[in-house]
Amino acid sequence: MLISQILKNDRGGQIMLAVLAAVLLVVPVLNLVVSNTSPLHVPTYLVTLMGKYLTYALLAVAVDLVWGYLGILSLGHGAFFALGGYVMGMYLMRQIGDRGVYGNPELPDFMVFLNWKVLPWFWQGFDMFWFALLMVLFIPSLLAFVFGWLAFRSRVTGVYLSIMTQAMTYALMWAFLRNEMGFGGNNGLTDFKDILGFSLQSDYTRVALFICSGLALAIGYLLCRYVINSKLGRITVAIRDAESRTRFVGYKVEHYKVWIFTFSAMLAGVAGALYVPQVGIINPSEFSPLNSIEIVIWVAMGGRATLYGAVLGAILVNYAKTVFTGLMPESWLFMLGALFVLVTLYLPQGLAGLWNTLKTNFGRKREVAA
Amino acid sequence: MLAKSRARIGVALILLFFSIAAVWAETDPTWNQASSLFKQASFDKTREAADLLAASSDPQAPLALKALLEGQLYQHKQNDSLAVLADGNSLDASTGQALSALNKDDYRKIPINNTLRKYLRSKLGGLSLSSSDPKVRLASTIGLLETVTPEQLPQLQDLLSKETDSQVKDALYLAIQLASLNSSDKASKLSALNALEGNLNPIVRNKLTILSSDADSEIAKAAQTTLRSIENKVALNGQLETLFFGLSLGSVLVLAAIGLAITFGVMGVINMAHGELIMLGAYTTYFIQKLMPNYLDYSLFLAIPAAFVVSGLMGILIERSVIRHLYGRPLETLLATFGISLILQQLVRTVVSPQNVPVSNPSWMSGSLEINSVLSLTYNRLYILAFSLLVFAILYFVLRNTNLGLQVRAVSQNRAMARAMGVRSARVDALTFGLGSGIAGVAGVALSQLTNVGPNLGQSYIIDSFMVVVFGGVGNLWGTLVAGLSLGVINKFLEPWAGAVLAKILVLVFIILFIQKRPRGLFPQKGRAAGD
Repeated sequence: MLISQILKNDRGGQIMLAVLAAVLLVVPVLNLVVSNTSPLHVPTYLVTLMGKYLTYALLAVAVDLVWGYLGILSLGHGAFFALGGYVMGMYLMRQIGDRGVYGNPELPDFMVFLNWKVLPWFWQGFDMFWFALLMVLFIPSLLAFVFGWLAFRSRVTGVYLSIMTQAMTYALMWAFLRNEMGFGGNNGLTDFKDILGFSLQSDYTRVALFICSGLALAIGYLLCRYVINSKLGRITVAIRDAESRTRFVGYKVEHYKVWIFTFSAMLAGVAGALYVPQVGIINPSEFSPLNSIEIVIWVAMGGRATLYGAVLGAILVNYAKTVFTGLMPESWLFMLGALFVLVTLYLPQGLAGLWNTLKTNFGRKREVAA
Repeated sequence: MLAKSRARIGVALILLFFSIAAVWAETDPTWNQASSLFKQASFDKTREAADLLAASSDPQAPLALKALLEGQLYQHKQNDSLAVLADGNSLDASTGQALSALNKDDYRKIPINNTLRKYLRSKLGGLSLSSSDPKVRLASTIGLLETVTPEQLPQLQDLLSKETDSQVKDALYLAIQLASLNSSDKASKLSALNALEGNLNPIVRNKLTILSSDADSEIAKAAQTTLRSIENKVALNGQLETLFFGLSLGSVLVLAAIGLAITFGVMGVINMAHGELIMLGAYTTYFIQKLMPNYLDYSLFLAIPAAFVVSGLMGILIERSVIRHLYGRPLETLLATFGISLILQQLVRTVVSPQNVPVSNPSWMSGSLEINSVLSLTYNRLYILAFSLLVFAILYFVLRNTNLGLQVRAVSQNRAMARAMGVRSARVDALTFGLGSGIAGVAGVALSQLTNVGPNLGQSYIIDSFMVVVFGGVGNLWGTLVAGLSLGVINKFLEPWAGAVLAKILVLVFIILFIQKRPRGLFPQKGRAAGD
């Protein structure tokens, strides 16, 4: 079978996907079937929280693909994530219809507030779900394609590229903060009511979104793994390890880079589109450089160039963030900062690398004992 | 004991009586004559009384005349004393003391007519125009400009011939030209139009705008020509002002980026905590000012070295504890220093406060240098521009002409060779990083004078500073200077038609595109140093 072929030699991925499948099966049952009073009941907010983590995990997989396998440290993947989120937000805004505060059937509230009379051209079509879905895939990849095409063609690499990606998301943040842009300015898009006719407040919709996030993660993971196993993936790794040599051998390095980068941005966009209906808001702070750089630390924490490590890192760091911002909000930035320093200094291979080292050490010891 | 104090009170009372009597005696004759003239209730006599008051040196006299002009001068029906009755507060006209509990029915308003009003107006203007204080003269001349009439021409010309102060002279000259513009004589109108060419006073501009649609086509044409010349000059001054603002913003960028030009440019270390080192400098300024609240004017001179030391030591600490282990791994350095920046930010939030802290400007930095009536340069921006150039010069000197600079350049170009020649490269690394960080602290002192000092201060500058260094060309101090100043100027010239936020975005996009074209910046390094 195709899936088993893809996952051959990927023990971590097998475990991760198995756990994911189990969670996707069990959590909906525990939420919807088991009664409220039972200790096994999973409250809806927890389902949504886990759904959020799963979208983050998909985002981390996207970053790991370009950082771990292509060697591009992108400090701007949050921008693709946010763009996907804005596209979904636009669809959800149009779904509100005349239930907004101003009751305008055509215009979202913030446009009525700004005294706009007609819907801007770039908001046209977003009342159709299929169009919005298409745009979720198209908009982030378009930005990634243009940016990548410009940057890789002129051979901007390494730290320069990282800073450029950071400047990109920074510029987008400022752009989306402007009311004139037509995306709700500082407040962003919020007050969503329903998706495809299902209320966003209902448990069933939330569980469905959670399952969608899980499936998207699984599919995204398999796609990335498929790409890496393919010939394209081997060239990608070759570019990471010896760019000039790959070029001299005759490969068009720029083309490979642009395509991988664009594909990764598309995954990030999908993650953002799934994130927005679950958290119920999208605003320009998602573009902030800090958000993008946080994604990188999830990947570094879990272990670069493993893919499953990225999933693990994203979920662990975000769980820690939820716990500690709840318990002692003061301490979270200290811990995040320390995480950055300690992981880069002492855990360059991340948790996945640590596991592998322990395993080999243990195996060696056993061999010696035998 | 009791007797003594009673005696003292008696003496005090007597003294008080005499002093009041003295005041009375001094003000009596003029005011008495004036009030008896006012009492006769004829416009001629009122005019005489006004002349009398205008001629007196009593400081209350002009106020009384002003009240008369505005119809607020009243006379008591019984005792003839004069009072100024305005809404809510009433004064005795001769002494300026407040009158309480008076009955308005006891008073009679002193009537005036239009002729008298006109007369009073010129009298009043003349009063302060011939004051002995040049400041008062200047202020009253400027106050006159708006309403000047051709009737005042002889008086103004007379004053101009006697005037010694050059500023007042200029103002009087302007007033004369404006007065002749108002005259009915066409020739004098035209000559005034000629003389006003290039004048930047807004009153002149208003007047000319009215005249440029004058019925007389010759005058209208002349007015239009003059107006055009003035508007050109105003536009030029506007450009100069924008240039100044741009240079000022640029100098801030240079200050923020120049430390980075050392750590990133010369050493190749990506220090994302650079912004926080700037922030530490700004907070050092705050604490120094707190320590010496009575010497605010001098606090900056102490804050500059203090901030250099604080940020420099912090930099050395960062270098020794973290960066040292990550040389040759730039992406990891980026992440680790980013972590440090988060820790430093949170440290300030926890230890000091999450809010912005107030840093005051010393008095010598407030105010502005007025070039002309449409262009003035604020001192704090001027000083910071000069300061950034000074810091640049010092840094340039250190890197060029000192032993440390030589070693820094040697290590950055070829570490192994430098070590072979006996340079202690680890020590040089720490010192270089300390130098760059110290400069960041000094930049923080300057920034504390321009923006809010808070935990997010550094964050808002870090991306801009990286842009400047990358744009200028890594490893090139001149590049940083040119890039910083030109980015500032570009930003400010874009602002009027794009708005502040869009200008910022456009500049970022411009740099991103520029880097595509010239990946090594404006001034790329050449030769072996460029190898990577």
